[in-house]
Amino acid sequence: MAKPYSVLMGKAVRYLARLRGGGSALPGLFVETIDKSFVADTLAQLPQGVVLVSGTNGKTTTTKMVVELLESQGLRVFTNRTGSNFSRGVAAALLGEIDARGKLRADIAVLELDEAHAVHFVATVPPRYSLLLNVMRDQLDRFGEIDTTAGMLERIAQATTHTVVVNREDARLRAIANKLPAKNTRYFGLDTSLRKQFPNDDELHGGARAQDSLPDADVLLQSADRDAAFLIDDNVVQTALKLRGVYNIFNAAAALALTRAVVGEAIDQPALIAKLATIEPAFGRGETLTVGGQPCELVLVKNPAGFRLSLQSFDPAGYATMIAINDNYADGRDMSWLWDVDFTSLQEQSVAEVSGVRAYDMALRLQYDGVAVAALHVNTDLSRGLDSFLTHNKNTPKRIYCTYTAMLALRRELAKFTTVKEVV
Amino acid sequence: MSSAKSLTIVQLYARDMNIYGDNGNVLVLKKRAEWYGYDVRVIEYNPNDEFPKDADIIVGGGGQDSGQDIIQADLLRIGPTLKKLAEDETPMLVICGLYQLFGKFFKTQDGHVINGIGLLDVETTAGPERLIGNIVTHSEQFGDIIGYENHSGQTFLGSGVAPLGTIVRGAGNNGQDDYEGARYKNVIGSYLHGSLLPKNPAIADWLVEQAAVRKYNDFTGAAVDDRFATLAREHALKRPR
Repeated sequence: MAKPYSVLMGKAVRYLARLRGGGSALPGLFVETIDKSFVADTLAQLPQGVVLVSGTNGKTTTTKMVVELLESQGLRVFTNRTGSNFSRGVAAALLGEIDARGKLRADIAVLELDEAHAVHFVATVPPRYSLLLNVMRDQLDRFGEIDTTAGMLERIAQATTHTVVVNREDARLRAIANKLPAKNTRYFGLDTSLRKQFPNDDELHGGARAQDSLPDADVLLQSADRDAAFLIDDNVVQTALKLRGVYNIFNAAAALALTRAVVGEAIDQPALIAKLATIEPAFGRGETLTVGGQPCELVLVKNPAGFRLSLQSFDPAGYATMIAINDNYADGRDMSWLWDVDFTSLQEQSVAEVSGVRAYDMALRLQYDGVAVAALHVNTDLSRGLDSFLTHNKNTPKRIYCTYTAMLALRRELAKFTTVKEVV
Repeated sequence: MSSAKSLTIVQLYARDMNIYGDNGNVLVLKKRAEWYGYDVRVIEYNPNDEFPKDADIIVGGGGQDSGQDIIQADLLRIGPTLKKLAEDETPMLVICGLYQLFGKFFKTQDGHVINGIGLLDVETTAGPERLIGNIVTHSEQFGDIIGYENHSGQTFLGSGVAPLGTIVRGAGNNGQDDYEGARYKNVIGSYLHGSLLPKNPAIADWLVEQAAVRKYNDFTGAAVDDRFATLAREHALKRPR
């Protein structure tokens, strides 16, 4: 358990920070400064230890699913729900959950951590279970290379004491898993028929490469049409889902495999699947708001593979489309990635509004893919861009593809027109 | 359009050296040449392919270190062909990893030397830190050149090449002298991603023009709507490093 003084002082700072409004990670930064082992000491009380979710795309949605699935099995789960996926975010979330004596009322923690921070985190808090979702081209301005990111995930896998759950479709992750003892790895995967919907960075040119023989998957996604079908223990399990987009549904396979690894033979599968059917996407990840009586979907795009997957998952027919691209640190400063996304699927419907700091980079990209955008509807000011989009497309369902900081700003703006769930 | 004139763009190692959106360079060359009335064919060249005989423009990009390992032997094999084409005034654009390997060598952090093809008189040594961020350089011919750099190699120019631009903001070839990129005959090497050509259409048009003049002894452009490019340049100039 953490030292009493750090618990009390940390809680005091959290109280003051909340009075002042905002600054969700600040108390975390404070408590980590006065007590370096606060997070490790507090998490050490958990009887079932720590579960770590990492990878380039899908961490937030998958973490949310794992939390709800574990709760369906009767576990009390602690998680860093704010999406502040740095260590100080975990510390801040812990301060909100522990009592005055530092006691955490939970059985297990499920944490989403940014790859670079996870590497430091596992050195002090070795996870019992970890989930490796994917390694994609993202944040190259932070990490330099995909292979560097893969190296970080390998260190997380090596530090995991019980089971590492791995996406078998990702060659870099398979290579990591192959270095672990077989009894410590489990896989989730895709049916062959779905594989073409998941182009990876290495197959961007020159078509699919010959597949190595793939390991057996504990949970295999078979189809993702109206209902999703998973192959689990040789049985096909079919269910309707509230999640949108085939990549979110593939993340559901990941969450199922991880939950099965944690719970083991005691798993209550009917309860598990019943819960899965009710899970809503995380904020901004295919989240649907209602604006002026019409649905408005927010789709977070952070990297070429994710943007390509999103464009393949959501049919533009019947929707007005807006794209909002920022280039702040959390978005990635380099605009190169837009040139690795194929936008020709938007030619027919065209794009109604382009916004964000790099609106003109985006408009230029669309021009070269022959997607019409009126110069009047390109605006670097997000608030004016959104206003124009809503005004000119009143009676149409809307979809906004947005980078991370653009998504946060748009949610704040949208709160003026509709109910937007606060992210606590 | 029923123009009989055609241009062939060869994309070097499209499969292994495409990591930073350098794909955009090929797309921009293709579209602009089409807007100027040429039929355009893009050939993706990969290791062990037969080298296309009718290359009018050659484009290559950056890669992971692992990608560079895969293509290195093949690049040395086709090196003499590329050099002959360069001497023969073929326009080429090589970015980042292939810029380095078009030079004489790349010396890694542990002193290991990877041979380049020596088409450009430049030498590269791995540096202690990555040079990352928005960059602006200036060239008398092309004006401001705007892009994004992300490299650990430090490249130094020999007497056989000229720089592509001088640094306005950013690190460039090595963060020590004021130069970015290299030029030899109609060959341009550069560290700039972004991709380079969409926001620097003057360079794209120059490459297309050289190819057309070399093949047909003639080039006539056409009016192209570059409003978005102009505005994207204006906004990129205001962004922090």
